Amino acid sequence: MLNVGKIEEGLVLDHIKAGKSMGIYKHLGLGRSDYTVALIKNARSNAMGKKDILKVECDPDALNLDVIAFIDPDITVNVIRNGEIVEKRKLALPKMVTNVIRCTNPRCISTIEQELPQVFYLADSRHKVYRCRYCDERHTEKGSKSWFQ
Amino acid sequence: MRHLLKPDDFTVQELNALFDLAADIEKNPEKYARVCEGKKLASCFYEPSTRTRLSTETAMLNLGGKTLGFSDADSSSAKKGESVADTIRVISCFADIAAIRHPKEGAAMVAALNSSIPVINCGDGGHQHPTQTLTDLMTIRSTLGRLSNFTVGLCGDLKFGRTVHSLINALARYEGINFVFISPPELQVPDYITDMLDDRNIRYDIYINMEDVIARLDILYMTRVQRERFFNEEEYIRLKDFYILDAEKMKKAKNNMYVLHPLPRVNEISVEVDKDPRAAYFRQVQYGVYVRMALIMTLLGVKAP
Repeated sequence: MLNVGKIEEGLVLDHIKAGKSMGIYKHLGLGRSDYTVALIKNARSNAMGKKDILKVECDPDALNLDVIAFIDPDITVNVIRNGEIVEKRKLALPKMVTNVIRCTNPRCISTIEQELPQVFYLADSRHKVYRCRYCDERHTEKGSKSWFQ
Repeated sequence: MRHLLKPDDFTVQELNALFDLAADIEKNPEKYARVCEGKKLASCFYEPSTRTRLSTETAMLNLGGKTLGFSDADSSSAKKGESVADTIRVISCFADIAAIRHPKEGAAMVAALNSSIPVINCGDGGHQHPTQTLTDLMTIRSTLGRLSNFTVGLCGDLKFGRTVHSLINALARYEGINFVFISPPELQVPDYITDMLDDRNIRYDIYINMEDVIARLDILYMTRVQRERFFNEEEYIRLKDFYILDAEKMKKAKNNMYVLHPLPRVNEISVEVDKDPRAAYFRQVQYGVYVRMALIMTLLGVKAP
């Protein structure tokens, strides 16, 4: 099995559904950052069979993690200081997500208006329902696939 | 700055104040004939509309203001590819308030986000049509004398009809409303509406035959089955005459049950019903002008004299 060493300070995102880590990497803006990042795909997991793990060496408060709760609220966020897990961070669903998913309603203004950000708001936190800010179309997994992968 | 993009942009208290103002305008139209003198309304209609555009422009003219604008996308810069955001930025330099209708859902919100003047959504595709909802509420309040504790039957195309969805959402905020949904199974009210009513413990019944329930109603809101919503012409032809309200059916209704319709009517209300005093759909058009006058004044911050 592949071994990736411990980090001294930063975040370890564990229990990511296999195949989803690249999407999270992108939405956290890690491609543009100078942080040391390890992205582990298809790691063995007793509970999940396969999972992804993302390790980021950074100030643990430097990243906006809201989007992670939107992508998958079951992801575990471990905060690492001095090489030890000091906190398991609970993530709340963000009230708004911008430019993470796109509206699939062909009648929505976002399909034709230039440079309009794709904004979704949390319409029902109990059922994790997000709707397009412009047309109120409900977001579905199907609509997000092209964006995440 | 205030805009009207959807009916619940205004609280129930704000709506009541708006309807009080509209009722005063109805009683004393001359008092309001010059309150918007020197103000201009830009009416930006990217798709054809008769009632809504003329009603909105009439409202501004009745207040002593002026109107400018375009009545289809071909006569605007949209044809050259200009975005809604850019168009409204430009129009903000010409007018004091804008009324916009656009075939794309959410277009009015994009306009409002980029506008330095109040924006009235006069219909954005199949999404929202809040001035119609204000008109409907105003008509119910004026004919029935209240906006609470009554039974409203909504009949016809409850699946695609945006006016119906907006009206249900708006009425759900008032006390003691019982909803009766009358439609063929293919055109029933969407789940998200019934889910919302369930969440709020609001009573609703579903019927297929109008005759089975008409005697219970205080308001009957008829709708047209819209040809443009169907992909299949056969399906449209099968459903378009599913409900026809005629004098015979009206005999079964209460003496004080009022009939509303957002218009245009095709054949879902027989012409013989027009002379029944309970037919309120042409009065509804007049209330639409009063409520739009009150809306323009409210969004412009013009006080009653």
